Amino acid sequence: MSTLTAPAEQPRTTPSRPAYRVTGRRVLASEWAKLWSLRSTWITLGLGLLFLVAFGLIAASRYRSETGSGHLDEHFAASTAVSLCLFGTNFAQLALGVLGVLVTAGEYTTGTIRATLAAVPRRLPVLWSKAVVFGLVALAVGTLGAFVAFLLGSGIVSDTPAAMGLSHAGVLRSLLGAGLYLGLVGVIGVALGALLRSVAGGISVLVAALMLIPGLISLLPASWQDDISPCLPSNAGESMFELTHDATALSPGAGGLVLACWTALALAGAAYRLARTDA
Amino acid sequence: MIEARRLTKRYGEKTAVDGLDFVVRPGTVTGFLGPNGAGKSTTMRMIVGLDAPTSGSVTVNGRPYARHRAPLQEVGALLEAKSVHPGRSAYQHLRALALTHGIPGRRVEEVIGLAGLDGVAKKRAGAFSLGMGQRLGIAAALLGDPRTVMLDEPVNGLDPEGVLWIRTLLKGLADEGRTVFVSSHLMSEMALVADHLIVVGRGRLLADTTVADLVREAGGDTVKVVTQDPARLREVLAGPGVDVTGRIGSQELQVTGLSAREIGLKAAEHGIALFELSARSVSLEEAFMDLTRDAVEYHGSTTAIDALGRPA
Repeated sequence: MSTLTAPAEQPRTTPSRPAYRVTGRRVLASEWAKLWSLRSTWITLGLGLLFLVAFGLIAASRYRSETGSGHLDEHFAASTAVSLCLFGTNFAQLALGVLGVLVTAGEYTTGTIRATLAAVPRRLPVLWSKAVVFGLVALAVGTLGAFVAFLLGSGIVSDTPAAMGLSHAGVLRSLLGAGLYLGLVGVIGVALGALLRSVAGGISVLVAALMLIPGLISLLPASWQDDISPCLPSNAGESMFELTHDATALSPGAGGLVLACWTALALAGAAYRLARTDA
Repeated sequence: MIEARRLTKRYGEKTAVDGLDFVVRPGTVTGFLGPNGAGKSTTMRMIVGLDAPTSGSVTVNGRPYARHRAPLQEVGALLEAKSVHPGRSAYQHLRALALTHGIPGRRVEEVIGLAGLDGVAKKRAGAFSLGMGQRLGIAAALLGDPRTVMLDEPVNGLDPEGVLWIRTLLKGLADEGRTVFVSSHLMSEMALVADHLIVVGRGRLLADTTVADLVREAGGDTVKVVTQDPARLREVLAGPGVDVTGRIGSQELQVTGLSAREIGLKAAEHGIALFELSARSVSLEEAFMDLTRDAVEYHGSTTAIDALGRPA
């Protein structure tokens, strides 16, 4: 106990300690650095971009060869350059959504979350930063992919009934809508990963929400279907980038709003769990 | 400075930490000792806010950890060793942590050097051995140049050189006036580095003491004397604080409260012949096991416990 005399209780560490401080911008910078320091990020984003462009081009080529040969497949009948070129969105959303799940759930499965939350014990800034960083990256990749797919694909179908240019009414909105949709799906992935804290769980729920539930809805009575179906995340999202809308679908603006609500709901759940439960 | 007040954590039926009160002071190494499952890790997780206490509170340098502007500058913690994404390099991991606080890149390089990770800093952490992972965890703990350093079982998985490095490091940090709080289930390891001990078992505080006091309370240092005339020796040795025991008819006595040297001198002074005079220290390990005997979570057979009693 002799070492515990009064003077020793004053911390004797150097008086000129640097004044570090956690700020929102710094947490963003940290999450940005974390995202790009993993090889899986580059691979998955590359896959997302590849799916978006490659499947769009394949669809456009199929359409062109079928119109050339004269007997057009039924499901191609109402195709436009936009719908053909954005055919890959369905696949790209999986890549970006899964990467979103990995951004958060991956921290839990690897234990990184302990280091992360020890550095930012207020916790919520971590979730917001991850959502912003990855949402913007997914938005950028999605928008880039949509434009590249359209610019290349519209060239392929330029001398067919589906031909369209960027200046055609609604095309620009559709392409930007597709980018925004993929950005929001990325954020939903981030939220689901944080909510479920498991990569497998997060991916399952994501796939179910985007791909399985729309199919299951067809089991409901028809009158219910018309009310519920347009508001599902995938269908609301589709309204954002579809060029033409049938009577039951939401308008692009309404679809964006509905998807934004789904995203906010998922984020709210994730925030609640992050703030309230032990890490 | 870490202060816990009635700190309690329950998981459903099970109470992991049960009303702990303790203070960890700066300038010394404080050992946090207890058998497996005693609640050491849970307590440490509550100190840095990873787990919320069911009741009670714990503060670091006067405030709850989460209320500090620069938490990493207050407490550097090593909890479980592998808190790193296996796909990220040691350098990238530390840099991401540094960025949250605006800690400059040169400090990242510094702690990498300090932890002896220069050669492997750019390699993926997934390829790290347990020992290297531990060193990375310690580098992360020192990143913010914290006033309090808290390490959970830091020597686990380290080679002898690494163990020595940790000991020197901890003592150095304490000498700089920092608060150093280290958990272990190995008394022998603690005895080498810690000045102060907080002993827990089944979530409860068993002792808040110094290494020397712990030994004294657990039976102290006994001296075995074999003499020709036990009765006379008893008379000669009698005094305040001295306790002499021995069986009637036996030449052997157990003496506490006097050193072997003092006994020898007194016996010589009075011309009493001694056949044997040997000091028998209660080992720290025995003292610790006496203290925690009832609090051991997972009882093995007695032989198993004895075998574990002398760690490498």
